[in-house]
Amino acid sequence: MIEMFQYAFMQRALIVGLCIAICAALVGISLVLRKNSMIGDGLSHTAFSAFALATVLGLAPLYVALPVVIIASFFVLRLSQSKKVHGDAAIAVLSASSLAIGTFAISVSKGVNIDLNSYLFGSILSASWADVSLSIALAAVVIGLYLFAYHRIFAITFDEEFAKSVGVKTGVYDAIFAAICSCTVVLGMRLLGSLLISSLIIFPTLTAMRLAKNFKGVVFASVVISVVAFLLGLGLSYALATPTGATVVLVNLAVFILALLFGKTRKN
Amino acid sequence: MTLLTLKKLRLKYGEQTIVKDASFSLESGDFACVVGANGSGKSTLIKGILGLIKPAEGEVIYGEDLDRTKIGYLPQDIRQDANFPATVEEIVLSGCLGHMKTRPFYCRHEKQHAAESMKMLGIENLAKKSFSELSGGQRQKTLLARSLSATKQLLILDEPSNNLDYKSRKEFYTALKKLNGNGLTIIMITHDLDADDLIGNKVIALENGTATIAKIEEYLEKYK
Repeated sequence: MIEMFQYAFMQRALIVGLCIAICAALVGISLVLRKNSMIGDGLSHTAFSAFALATVLGLAPLYVALPVVIIASFFVLRLSQSKKVHGDAAIAVLSASSLAIGTFAISVSKGVNIDLNSYLFGSILSASWADVSLSIALAAVVIGLYLFAYHRIFAITFDEEFAKSVGVKTGVYDAIFAAICSCTVVLGMRLLGSLLISSLIIFPTLTAMRLAKNFKGVVFASVVISVVAFLLGLGLSYALATPTGATVVLVNLAVFILALLFGKTRKN
Repeated sequence: MTLLTLKKLRLKYGEQTIVKDASFSLESGDFACVVGANGSGKSTLIKGILGLIKPAEGEVIYGEDLDRTKIGYLPQDIRQDANFPATVEEIVLSGCLGHMKTRPFYCRHEKQHAAESMKMLGIENLAKKSFSELSGGQRQKTLLARSLSATKQLLILDEPSNNLDYKSRKEFYTALKKLNGNGLTIIMITHDLDADDLIGNKVIALENGTATIAKIEEYLEKYK
């Protein structure tokens, strides 16, 4: 298995994948526990349309997608907390519109070669050294934020109104969270594509919640599960010559089912 | 000693004025019950006191040593489902956030304060238990202990006895009486003024957007 890392593209895939797996797990905890699981899905579709539009217009996809998705995530997070609009409806509108815009842009463009499959299903093996640098930077920011603001993140996730009452600047944290969530989704699309990235955000937390009953335990277990599932997925996809993204998701699913069974056995 | 003074406080949600005029003072050690019809603005009033809603007019003046972020607050509904992965200790400790300033971790003094809050409510043996494994009464005591970790002076509770059975409610009110007896000032939204376990010495009544304060006996006499 080690021999697969003799190739530079596999080394890059490993580093990018590990960074994204850690970030997705940490971001996922707050999204799942605040009942915003589908935000990852909505944002990945937004990223898809931004990537498609940027390619059609001849712009650098990453530099268009990042600001667009950051703005979208900020509005969706705000909307999902608003009492006037149903959060799930806002995400559904965002997802469908984004997918339609992206598909429309691709269909009307002429003379532009767009690899639709890599947007939809990911292509981690084509990650560049620039992707590696960006992923390491993102992982450093996300881990740093979690270490610095762990107790505040817990308080906001558990009870936002109480957190506000004791002086936690929830608006600032929401804005930072929206930004890192967007970066994770945009970079994560390299790994799993827009259709599968949300699973990397949701699965580790759901699995960890079956194994740990405290917040610290869920954070720790979620990161470990995400990393292990990625490594297993990458190894299996190399050995079986299957798509990396889909294999990682299937490993996550298998781990989740095992945790479900383990939880039931423990209860009995 | 005056702990809290509201001067011509007006509170709005968007364009709609919910509380037109709230002007009253509370002394240290008071136990004030906030009453009023549904939708009369009780929750809005306490959110105004907590600084969660900015006043459209007027002001809230906190007494000496009282800081807005050092008020213990027990919201009516914390929205979270019962399966949230958190232990009692993690939840109670989060009440100390207002004391942390920019520090990333709790200090020994804060951990001790949280432990005392749990002990005061008799839930120290539940510290390592998950929130999901607790009964309704135990959950409410956990949230009350979190509020106690936030304050040593003023506790604000929004209908804390909702969803509690008779026994749990009695226990909860007994705990509140004890805390008030130890000098803690309490403001509590309630519909239980005529309950046999009546608590409190003052009533803040909200009617047509105006808040008036009275001694509890005077208030009850008026509505007999």
